[in-house]
Amino acid sequence: MTVLLFLIPIALGMGGIGLAAFLWALKSGQYDDMEGAAQRILFDDPEDKV
Amino acid sequence: MNAVPQFGDAATACSIDDVACAHCGLKFRGEGMFCCAGCAAAYHLVQSLGLARYYEQRVADATQTPTRPEEAPEALDLAGWTRDLGKGERELTLMVDGLQCGACVWLIEQSLLKQPGVTQARVALSTRRLTLRWRSGSADPADLVRLVFRLGYRLVPCDPARLASTSDAESKQLLTAMAVAGFAAGNIMLLSVSVWSGADPGTRDLLHWISALIAIPAIAFAGRPFFRSALGALRAGRTNMDVPISLAVILAPSISLFETFRSGEHAYFDSAVTLLFFLLIGRYLDRRARGRAHETAGRLLALNAVAATVVAEDGTHHSLPPSQLRPGMTVLVAAGSRAPADGAVLTGSSDLDVSMITGESAPKRCAPGDQLFAGMLNLTGPITMRISAVGDATLLADMVRLMEAAESRRGRFVRLADRVAKRYAPVVHATALVTFLGWWLGGGLAWTEALMIAVAVLIITCPCALALAVPVVQVVASQRLMRSGILLKSADALERLKAVDHIVFDKTGTLTLGRLELQPGADPELLRRAAGIAASSRHPLARALCRVAPDATVLPGVVEHPGAGLEWTGPDGIWRLGSCAFTGAAEDHATDQILWLAGPNGERQRFQFSDRLRPDAEAVIARLKAMGLGIEILSGDRAAPVAGLARRLGIAEASAHLTPVEKAARLEALGKQGHRVLMVGDGINDAAALAGAYVSIAPASGTEITQSAADIVFQSDRLEAVPAALLIARRADALVRQNLALALLYNLSAVPLAILGFVTPLIAAIAMSSSSILVTLNALRLGRTRLS
Repeated sequence: MTVLLFLIPIALGMGGIGLAAFLWALKSGQYDDMEGAAQRILFDDPEDKV
Repeated sequence: MNAVPQFGDAATACSIDDVACAHCGLKFRGEGMFCCAGCAAAYHLVQSLGLARYYEQRVADATQTPTRPEEAPEALDLAGWTRDLGKGERELTLMVDGLQCGACVWLIEQSLLKQPGVTQARVALSTRRLTLRWRSGSADPADLVRLVFRLGYRLVPCDPARLASTSDAESKQLLTAMAVAGFAAGNIMLLSVSVWSGADPGTRDLLHWISALIAIPAIAFAGRPFFRSALGALRAGRTNMDVPISLAVILAPSISLFETFRSGEHAYFDSAVTLLFFLLIGRYLDRRARGRAHETAGRLLALNAVAATVVAEDGTHHSLPPSQLRPGMTVLVAAGSRAPADGAVLTGSSDLDVSMITGESAPKRCAPGDQLFAGMLNLTGPITMRISAVGDATLLADMVRLMEAAESRRGRFVRLADRVAKRYAPVVHATALVTFLGWWLGGGLAWTEALMIAVAVLIITCPCALALAVPVVQVVASQRLMRSGILLKSADALERLKAVDHIVFDKTGTLTLGRLELQPGADPELLRRAAGIAASSRHPLARALCRVAPDATVLPGVVEHPGAGLEWTGPDGIWRLGSCAFTGAAEDHATDQILWLAGPNGERQRFQFSDRLRPDAEAVIARLKAMGLGIEILSGDRAAPVAGLARRLGIAEASAHLTPVEKAARLEALGKQGHRVLMVGDGINDAAALAGAYVSIAPASGTEITQSAADIVFQSDRLEAVPAALLIARRADALVRQNLALALLYNLSAVPLAILGFVTPLIAAIAMSSSSILVTLNALRLGRTRLS
């Protein structure tokens, strides 16, 4: 059962990374305009050079 | 994006001569690529900015007419709206009118970003709000706003702090709490499954300790919305459902921690966190449904944020923001702009669009001496007016106040879920307390074991299915209505709607479409000629002519005689389109809705316009009567057309000639008689009545203020939305009651087990999840309801 001592922290750590990513996205306003975000990907940024 | 309809296709299919304007896509016949100078300027502006891809990428929405580029207001009073962000940056937030799709967003953002000094330009499509940031000194916000006006979008500055209100921040906080609780619940449940499946005592203790490590901080963080509300209630000497919830989620981990110390068998960390997670889902859904209601009537007054042109005594013109206007000043109101204040016409004559004030669609002639109210739109010729009242003293501001007063009188409606919770909460407290005392004093258990059983009672009785029962139905119902183009603005509208027993309709714009339309019978050739002349006018009758003959050639050089008509000199002589007197025709009674066309060779054509009934009005009224509802018309229009319409629809009660105050008074009287009244109206004159009604519906074609006063807004031309909303409201009510019954039954049948001490964490987890899933599935049935 000592394997649990590694597995549980690893599992929690991975879950925690996901949670942190979601909270960051929420805080930086990425959920504020869902409709606009869906459309925005259809347009190129003219400054981007391929 | 191959499926995108191209603007050019329709035009070429129509006729060889027809051209679609290269900017706005309207069909016209004539020289060049553009229908008007504004479009030409916008097109060249887009090209010069290197953003021509806009024309390939936009999606034409057939239901919306593209906005045509307008002259930007000359002076803009933006100083009061900009905010200093520090480090030399300033910010301005504006509402954008005329947004259609992502391409519009792209065009506005890119053209602004190309201007020197602009650091950020972001348009949110769902809120129609533009946030603009620039380095102060290196860009002039007025120039930036004018640039967007020239592209064909109207901008109105707004105060984001007032629009966003606290609900945005609160729903964000709830979402954060929900994410944390969800993370903790998932992980602890995973550990609990290993405990339930028979871990040896050493491993069990380890898993309990890890669970405690996750649960305690998660509950401390995610439970705050409930703790705050419970504390508030306790301080006020009341109790609400959040009190037993808070007790359960605090007591359960505390006693479990104690058990873990003693390496006991049972720990309730999973139950406490899962309970919190489910409750937060319910709370979040509820908050989202309510959030939509926060639109301020103040946006209407913001329409006046555009500067007014004041004529000084020496004849010079200068611009002033409307806030600096004073009674006695003389103001120039150009064709196409709104009166900035109340007053009287001094010089000039014109036609006015008064629909914002009276709700009537037919334009009103005005001549020197006539009264003018803020918000009226000047259609044809420039006039000057002397101001008699400004700002808060105007009729427009009066109406807003009337509406707010009616809204506050309605008082707070107590929702069914709150009423249930109010009765349920004391029962929960009492049961848990009795269980604890019974086992401790009566049953002879140690206080810790007795407390453990009491906690199980609290967890079992905690209404997580109860908390989901109502919001889930609400969300499914509002999505179902949204699919039919009906927008639910206030969360408790459905609950109030199902109790309605009397419906009051406004006439113009509600039972009718509120658009003047040409009656058939005109000679097609003369109609095309008339439409060609009318194309250059903003008068509603002229626009109605153009609508029926969209393929007419736009004739250049038309002269508009304000308050009379249009004149065009063609190769064969002078053509006139306008009133009887202007065209030399015999006097007619209904002069407002008649246009005459007179040609140089004796051509005469009479065009009659009328407001059309909504296509399904008769069927809908019949259906509503069959549902056993009382129906009544309250209109501000003249008596004859109101009576005619009432007869045609089979409505016995109809009142005409009502002022906004009288309408609101009639609704109040109905309410006093014990009726639950649904008001359906569209004009600004209905706003107070809408706010005063038990529940209210407005069409999306109505003015903005009525939409903000109404509980429900519907989009289509069909009145069907009214019975549809009623039907969904009744179905939703039935489902809410079923759900509440299910949840209560579930909780109550598990309570005896909990009191007797048979409930283990495993049973608590199963009972909780299965009842929540059951009420959710039950609510989803509403999504399949047929509306017809």
